[in-house]
Amino acid sequence: MSEPTGSTSFGFDLDGSRIPLTPSQTVGPYLAIGLTWNDGEEVVPAGTEGEIRVGGLLTDGEGVPIPDGLVETWQADPEGRFDHPDDPRGAARASVTGFRGFGRSQTVNGGHWQVRTVKPGPLPTPDGDTEAPHLDVSVFARGMLDRVVTRIYFPEDSEAHTADPVLQSVDVHRRPTLIATRVDGGYRFDIRLQGEGETVFFDL
Amino acid sequence: MTDTAEPRAAGSRLVLPAYERPVGLHPPRDDPGYRSTALRHPAEPLVLLPHRLTEVTGPALGSSRVTAADADLTRRHAGEPLGQRIIVHGRVLDSDRRAVPDTLVEVWQANAAGRYRHQVDQWPAPLDPNFDGLGRVVTDSSGRYSFTTIQPGAYPWKNHHNAWRPAHIHFSLFGRAFTQRLVTQMYFPGDPLQPYDPIMNSIPDPKARQRLVARFDLDRTEPDWALAYHFDIVLRGREATPFEEPVEGRDDDDE
Repeated sequence: MSEPTGSTSFGFDLDGSRIPLTPSQTVGPYLAIGLTWNDGEEVVPAGTEGEIRVGGLLTDGEGVPIPDGLVETWQADPEGRFDHPDDPRGAARASVTGFRGFGRSQTVNGGHWQVRTVKPGPLPTPDGDTEAPHLDVSVFARGMLDRVVTRIYFPEDSEAHTADPVLQSVDVHRRPTLIATRVDGGYRFDIRLQGEGETVFFDL
Repeated sequence: MTDTAEPRAAGSRLVLPAYERPVGLHPPRDDPGYRSTALRHPAEPLVLLPHRLTEVTGPALGSSRVTAADADLTRRHAGEPLGQRIIVHGRVLDSDRRAVPDTLVEVWQANAAGRYRHQVDQWPAPLDPNFDGLGRVVTDSSGRYSFTTIQPGAYPWKNHHNAWRPAHIHFSLFGRAFTQRLVTQMYFPGDPLQPYDPIMNSIPDPKARQRLVARFDLDRTEPDWALAYHFDIVLRGREATPFEEPVEGRDDDDE
């Protein structure tokens, strides 16, 4: 691994402390130019066994759909594994062929977003708890200076939800905003940025 | 907890990295100076999310998504775009000074006249048939990236009377973990519009604002060809004590 060679190369004072972070800025109204992927919504390829569609409507504080947003998802595979070196159980090749774990959907269709994926497995935590199956979600849009982060849980896992440490940390009245509803072919998860029924967002 | 009776926890315990939680770095999500934030920010307090497996991992979106041509925004058409040719380069690091290798960097920008190739952008500046404004690169093993483009122009927007965005290039980065995902904008040194820009000035710390201003880099200019700018991007590093986690998650309403 190469190391930074000196302060002059980077404009930072390398005195042993952390170097300062780069702040966030909005994606702006023209994100489609830079962030469009033809296969963005395909976390798994079409025809994958057990594929589901997960999607919904992104709305603002007046309930108006946001047509210039971007929703991204990240998740474990159905076995609850990640093909990533920081998973201390070891990086595991996904049990589903073509599984990317990551989805990206622009809300250009009247504020609607969706991804094609498979349901993730539950995950162990360092405390010995078990996190119920979930997707991590980032939302970006014009008018958002920093992303917001939420999670999608699945309605059939209500028993696992009672043991999920993240859900249990959320006010019980707001918990339902984190649980998708079953629809034909998958799940619906609306994201309300503000106001009545505001989705729970996390300090990541 | 030290209970290991649970089958899932049998054997060795999970030890996960925890990423630093910057305070006061990013713009507030509700910024009166940037009007569009009014209806697009959460009004409820955020709930603390510990960094567990989903948060400390992230997609590996390396070279499979990028071709060599994606690093040169001036060569996507038969002709060359109008404007000052520039090279933009730098490193992607985390705050522990670790390079972030093999990570996807996506950029987009206006053309030299300040016009985006997008149906929403209709202000009366010319489109350039030879410029799309889209680039993608992957960092090398040292976290370095470089692309060639043209200097983008400033453009008006409707936030307030006579509002103009300073010249900028949009950057999107993944890093190695969900915690590190970052979208930002790079600005140019000496741009007189910067003090008037609500988006840039939404960043609370003036010094942090200046970190979004690239540095003119004479050493990397190419004689008789292109000017050059240096722009490093620093993503969240890891906490020194990865074992420590909040015990309960009810510390979300203390601001």
